[in-house]
Amino acid sequence: MATDRHPRDASIGGPRRDHPDDGCIVQLLDEDGHLRQEGEPPSIPEDELLELYEGMRFARRFDERALSLQRQGRIATYAPMRGQEAAQVASARALADDDWIYPTYRDNAAKIVHGLDPADILAALRGHQSGYAVPDGVNVMPEYIPIATQIPQATGGAWAETLQDPERDPDTAYLCYFGDGATSEGDFHEGLNFAGVFDVPAVFFCNNNQWSISTPVERQTRSGTLAGKARAYGLEGIRVDGMDPLAVYEVTRRAVSKAKDPAADELRPTMIEAVQYRYGAHTSSDDPSRYRDGVDEEWADKDPIPRLATYLRDRELIDDEYEADLDDRIDAEIDAAVDRMEAVETDPAEMFDHVYAERTPELADQRAELERLRAEYGDEALAGDGQ
Amino acid sequence: MSTGTPQASRDSPGGEDDLTLVEAVRDGLAAEMLRDDSVMVLGEDVGDNGGVFRATDGLLDTFGEERVVDTPLAESGIVGSAIGLATHGMRPVAEIQFMGFVYPAFDQLVSHAARLRARSQGQYTCPMVVRAPYGGGIDAPEHHSESTEAFFVHQPGLKVAVPSTPYDAKGLLAAAIRDPDPVVFLEPKKIYRAFRQPVPADPYTVDLGEAAVRRQGSDVSVFTYGAMTKPTMVAASELDGDIDVEVVDLRTLSPLDRETIAESAKKTGRTAVVHEGPKTAGMGAEVVATVQEEALVYQEAPVERITGFDVPFPLHAVEDYYLPAAVRIEDRIRRAYEF
Ligand SMILES: Cc1ncc(C[n+]2csc(CCOP(=O)(O)OP(=O)(O)O)c2C)c(N)n1
Ligand SMILES: [Mg+2]
Repeated sequence: MATDRHPRDASIGGPRRDHPDDGCIVQLLDEDGHLRQEGEPPSIPEDELLELYEGMRFARRFDERALSLQRQGRIATYAPMRGQEAAQVASARALADDDWIYPTYRDNAAKIVHGLDPADILAALRGHQSGYAVPDGVNVMPEYIPIATQIPQATGGAWAETLQDPERDPDTAYLCYFGDGATSEGDFHEGLNFAGVFDVPAVFFCNNNQWSISTPVERQTRSGTLAGKARAYGLEGIRVDGMDPLAVYEVTRRAVSKAKDPAADELRPTMIEAVQYRYGAHTSSDDPSRYRDGVDEEWADKDPIPRLATYLRDRELIDDEYEADLDDRIDAEIDAAVDRMEAVETDPAEMFDHVYAERTPELADQRAELERLRAEYGDEALAGDGQ
Repeated sequence: MSTGTPQASRDSPGGEDDLTLVEAVRDGLAAEMLRDDSVMVLGEDVGDNGGVFRATDGLLDTFGEERVVDTPLAESGIVGSAIGLATHGMRPVAEIQFMGFVYPAFDQLVSHAARLRARSQGQYTCPMVVRAPYGGGIDAPEHHSESTEAFFVHQPGLKVAVPSTPYDAKGLLAAAIRDPDPVVFLEPKKIYRAFRQPVPADPYTVDLGEAAVRRQGSDVSVFTYGAMTKPTMVAASELDGDIDVEVVDLRTLSPLDRETIAESAKKTGRTAVVHEGPKTAGMGAEVVATVQEEALVYQEAPVERITGFDVPFPLHAVEDYYLPAAVRIEDRIRRAYEF
């Protein structure tokens, strides 16, 4: 795969600590959507290329619709993923159905690709707990909001995989998503260290979108790269252009297959630092104009969707008619998801369900108390506007 | 009030401004930073962004990068380094973005900040403040709505304060910053911008450990704090004419103002406590114990606990059922009265 010397931003507060591999970043598609190297194109089948494209287009539209639902008050705080579609969709598409993902609040496209119903995602954003109830057979953990807490858990999940049948290589891999900011938390370091020590079939996928809310990644660490941190724990650390879907797909596929069955000279666990940019606000509650002046052209030019579109058009895999039809299909699918979201209701008494396997006597009393209050005073008085 | 400039004493010396609770927090930080060069603010997004709730808005411009510090995303790092700063001459005010994200720092707080004075027999101390917005009722995502103040109240060596008005926010924060011991300062975000109140421009303190009687009454005493003060006051006025309710805002949860609790409980002989955190082993249990230790023979009814339920804080579609609403508070006050 082609590598590129990646220009690094001027550091804040002094020199960065570099590693010889730090400047390398895997990229297959250049910013204009052309292959960087002459010769053999990557061996991604045509139908897979179309799936990648449709997944990214769906993600972008979902994001736009979710932001507008938020503005209309139909869902609450939303964390947009614009600019990050390639990293999410291509990494999730690189997995087998049985592999697991450990997503954050921002990884909605990855969740959808790996089998979650967009209506469930929207329902949780609308405040309904049922949205976090992942259906059987979908190997997606409920999203993680406390930063970095998923990382040691993914290590544990992957570890369990090696204990089921210690004689065999595991056939399931665990892909754990997190942001650049997460690499500052202790849980990141503990999780990666354990992954190295116990040699678990995990892939740690860092969506380095350059920001954690208002804090730029240069302020998050004095290290030259984030992937370099993984090497300190005995993992392979690799950087990829996170806005290049083909590179993300290839790099993740290799990491996943290596997690299950590494060659003699390969390390089983990997951390992938997908270098990308958050085009939008941190969330719908955030005002980026307080800490940055728009989106740099450098990043605007890397938009993953036109890049892949060009690649596909050059190969005559898509055309205007296809695009128009795709728009219609995506809108219909999202409309249906919004309708399903709006049909979701939560009975307040459900908050007493699933606290323990068996409801305790105290909880039974408290539930009865809530039901008494509702019967006596009505829902409006208990939970209406102004409460 | 203009955004971007902290209302420090210099703007209207001797005067006062109508501030919201969150503006009063910022004003209190600015006032203490002006008074004492060793006071500094550190946390996630407290600089350019002014904090996600704007509680540190404008402080970076006024006090510079060394005293208003955007840290890496690491709560244990924030609180642990604040302890180091505090033991070596600084007066750090650490911001934890939401109370639900303080847990990576729990070890630093309970194993060290709380105990350093005792462990070193007074040789080393930890004059620092950890601020965090807490509480529900704002349609926030999961983990952004909890009230787990009891964890901190339970830990000897920590003080815990919770303002319910802009005036108290500034004064209690100043007292917390000047206090020789570590203080957890919990800000009820539901009422960050709910109302304004005149707040003196000059620095002042509201002493830690002193409750405030918000409403005098003779029939039932209700103890509460933070964002629950409002529905409790609403319940009291709804009952006006039938039941004469006294409302006591505890303001500091540790050390608890046992004297004021006992006095009020003796006067009315019927009591209730309201908080949004879960019931079991919550602040209410401590108030009940205080009443029975200090005023048992005056009591004519069991102490009512009106609290969040003992369940994980629900996602926001049903959070209003979890939080004590005014009617729920009235219902239990009536029960205490009619017992
Ligand atoms: C332990 C913890 N601390 C603070 C927060 C508040 N918070 C939410 S998102 C965020 C920034 C995360 O940045 P990053 O890890 O880069 O992920 P991104 O949001 O950019 O995808 C912060 C500080 C949190 N959710 N959890
Ligand atoms: Mg980020």
